[in-house]
Amino acid sequence: MTRAASSESPVARRILIGVGLLFLALFLALPLVVVFVQAFAKGWPMFVDAIGQPDARAAIRLTLLVAAISVPLNCVFGVVASWAITKFDFRGKSLLISLIDLPFSVSPVVAGLIFVLMFGAQGWFGPWLIAHNWKVIFAVPGIVLATVFVTFPFVAREIIPLMAEQGRDDEEAAVSLGASGWQTFWHVTLPNIRWGLLYGVLLCNARAMGEFGAVSVVSGHIRGLTNTMPLHVEILYNEYDFVGAFAVASLLASLALVTLVLKSLLEWRFGYHQARSAH
Amino acid sequence: MGLTIVWLCLIVLIPLSTIFLRAAGLGWDGFVAVGLSARALSAYKLSFGTALLAASVNAVFGLLIAWILARYEFPGKKFVDAAVDLPFALPTAVAGIALVSLYAENGWIGSLLAPLGIRVAYTPLGVVVALIFIGLPFIVRSVQPVLADLGADVEEAAATLGATRWQTFSRVILPAIAPALLTGFALAFARGVGEYGSVIFIAGNMPYKSEIAPLLIVTQLEQFDYPGATAIACVMLVASFSMLLLVNLLQAWRAKRSAK
Amino acid sequence: MRLNRTHIGLALAAIVAGCSSPSSTGKDGSVELLNVSYDPTRELYKAVNTAFAAKWKQDTGQTVRFNMSHGGSGKQSRAVIDGLGADVVTLALAYDVDAIAERAKLLPANWETRLPDNSAPYTSTIVFLVRKGNPKQIRDWSDLVKPGVQVITPNPKTSGGARWNFLAAWAYGKKAGGGSDAAAQAYVSQLYGHVPVLDSGARGATTTFVERGLGDVLIAWENEAFLSEKELGTGKFDIVVPSISVLAEPSVAVVDANAKAHGTEKVAEAYLRFLYTPEGQDIVAKNYYRPRDPAVLARYATLFPKIEMRTIRDFGGWKVAQARFFADGGVFDRIYSGPKR
Repeated sequence: MTRAASSESPVARRILIGVGLLFLALFLALPLVVVFVQAFAKGWPMFVDAIGQPDARAAIRLTLLVAAISVPLNCVFGVVASWAITKFDFRGKSLLISLIDLPFSVSPVVAGLIFVLMFGAQGWFGPWLIAHNWKVIFAVPGIVLATVFVTFPFVAREIIPLMAEQGRDDEEAAVSLGASGWQTFWHVTLPNIRWGLLYGVLLCNARAMGEFGAVSVVSGHIRGLTNTMPLHVEILYNEYDFVGAFAVASLLASLALVTLVLKSLLEWRFGYHQARSAH
Repeated sequence: MGLTIVWLCLIVLIPLSTIFLRAAGLGWDGFVAVGLSARALSAYKLSFGTALLAASVNAVFGLLIAWILARYEFPGKKFVDAAVDLPFALPTAVAGIALVSLYAENGWIGSLLAPLGIRVAYTPLGVVVALIFIGLPFIVRSVQPVLADLGADVEEAAATLGATRWQTFSRVILPAIAPALLTGFALAFARGVGEYGSVIFIAGNMPYKSEIAPLLIVTQLEQFDYPGATAIACVMLVASFSMLLLVNLLQAWRAKRSAK
Repeated sequence: MRLNRTHIGLALAAIVAGCSSPSSTGKDGSVELLNVSYDPTRELYKAVNTAFAAKWKQDTGQTVRFNMSHGGSGKQSRAVIDGLGADVVTLALAYDVDAIAERAKLLPANWETRLPDNSAPYTSTIVFLVRKGNPKQIRDWSDLVKPGVQVITPNPKTSGGARWNFLAAWAYGKKAGGGSDAAAQAYVSQLYGHVPVLDSGARGATTTFVERGLGDVLIAWENEAFLSEKELGTGKFDIVVPSISVLAEPSVAVVDANAKAHGTEKVAEAYLRFLYTPEGQDIVAKNYYRPRDPAVLARYATLFPKIEMRTIRDFGGWKVAQARFFADGGVFDRIYSGPKR
């Protein structure tokens, strides 16, 4: 009896699902369909050919490299930051959270610009870098920096509400039972937040691979050297190579699907841990 | 704690300070002349207005989608769950191109709307559509984990106590997910204000009508006017930051109140 | 705080790993050249690079490898100013090269005099692209402002190429009004009143016109008009040549400071000079740019009809034109004065 009252009637359920899916179809699925339709407009061989171009392959490698560096960095930071924010009380907490959010509200154009102002030849550290023959901007480090900046808040933002909602009772219990800080974190906190963390990492990864605006400013667009996948898409599109552009774009979209498969695999491997019931 | 702040400074604060210092080079009068000109003001109005509208639409439908993903089983759920992240993965320029080819008057959706006299592409409405696309994952992904984490036991308890389903939702579930929802809203909004890549294709970019604020920054850069560009960036940054701060303060206040 | 150290260590490792600066001369004596160019030159330089590499190898025995960077002209210019190590730049207008000389001092201010023809080995002009059969009967600039005609052209403030479009319209307005600036201003105001969408770049405007089916006429560079006809649909469009236009001179220059640092001065200079040779000029013409060499031009005369053309010097040079027309509060901004009520 409680079962019935704690869920919706089948009709209401179907309506909700229907409305939700319709919205998704209109705003999400259709644009995607367009991408895939365009990618395969000239058939499978053209698609394979477009992906197999040396420049395209270089762009794919660079994008994966950038994501491989920036996602772990932000992941570690995100966990540490949300731990600090939710498990301790201090003044200016809201300010700190807002500062972490800040990269979201910075226009990608500006996000790229700030690194140019810092490391560009006319920037603060530019002359010093040139004197030491180090390249930051218009090379891989600049692209990594811009990506880290843009994806900075994702993991933290995903975990903070979750940790806040869970409170600190579990940790306090663990500590009172004699666990060290590290043990508490590893055995209590981490299992509690792992799904939030996973979502955060997925989002962070998706955005790291897809970031366009900021990276565009710091990349220099050198074919085969500093072009990431999104930039390569734009260049191909501007060259009227629509099949090529959308082929690379659809590959990018597929990468997001791969991460989902990974997530499902993890869930299956460790068994879905449907929240704790302590609260 | 210390690490958090150091890393934050290195990656976010020090780089961002450059734009304030550059803009400061203009002096107050110069700053006002560029950052608060009539054209800039109408661009802010468009950027903030459309972002607000898009975030509101997303708040409603994002919550709904998070709900059905967290609570219901239906065929293709796994796929839908994956698809929600795609606006992040798709380069914004591609999103813009895909959207405009859908909503232009010769596109799939645009051609259906045109006879009704509704023009989406190259109008402020087009900007809203693009921002809905960009912002949706923020809401869904903020709410979904909390919703999944919220045990069914609380709701069952409420139901046993005689609450109707709607009462359970509005009194038990909604307060629990409100912080996450608000966060998602704020993030979608903030992201929408600064969005450039996708909007530029669908906006039409007519001065005073469909010109977004980030485009003005690009225009300034194109004239090699870095101080001017940073002035506009400053105004946008301060506005978005105040919004985020307000939301976070609100939440802190709420949390304190509910703790008492 | 083990996390702490791993974390920072990782970051440093990542940064250092990417910091190694590539040297331009390889072990085998081969040389690498970075050409920073604007959007529509990809096909052109692909052909030029292959031809030049073969010639250079034959003459000196050295292998040249090219790296290309394409993007909006202004953006590319900024990238070079901010440290993108271009050995040569090949941009849409002299203004963008001037900016490099002026702001970053990477090349002398008199760069334009170092190569023939104002350092512009190829030119183009502004023409109209209309839909097949020219349904709106567009013959000249005056037809663009007829009721019901929609014109597609990008925003001259964000697109360097589109500044030539604007100047061409101005040249017509001035001529039609008997040389008066007021008449020219009235004409361009009227013209931009017929523009429904201001794309940020030339390629965006072309896509709007071709793919979205918006507008009746696209104001475009001649080479772009030919290229879109070829790439996007033969037989779907006609090119209309107006009575008056401008001579668009895309500039090329060696970026001395970078070339010196890379040890590529000689090959960079030879590369640009190659563009002026009959072989280079022929490649230029094949890619729909107008060659400077009269002999080569004569061979492609059917492709490039004679038009009355103004040059940037008729507008007092780029510095004057930029300040007068395109700067904040300039002529273009005044067309859009205040919200439409």
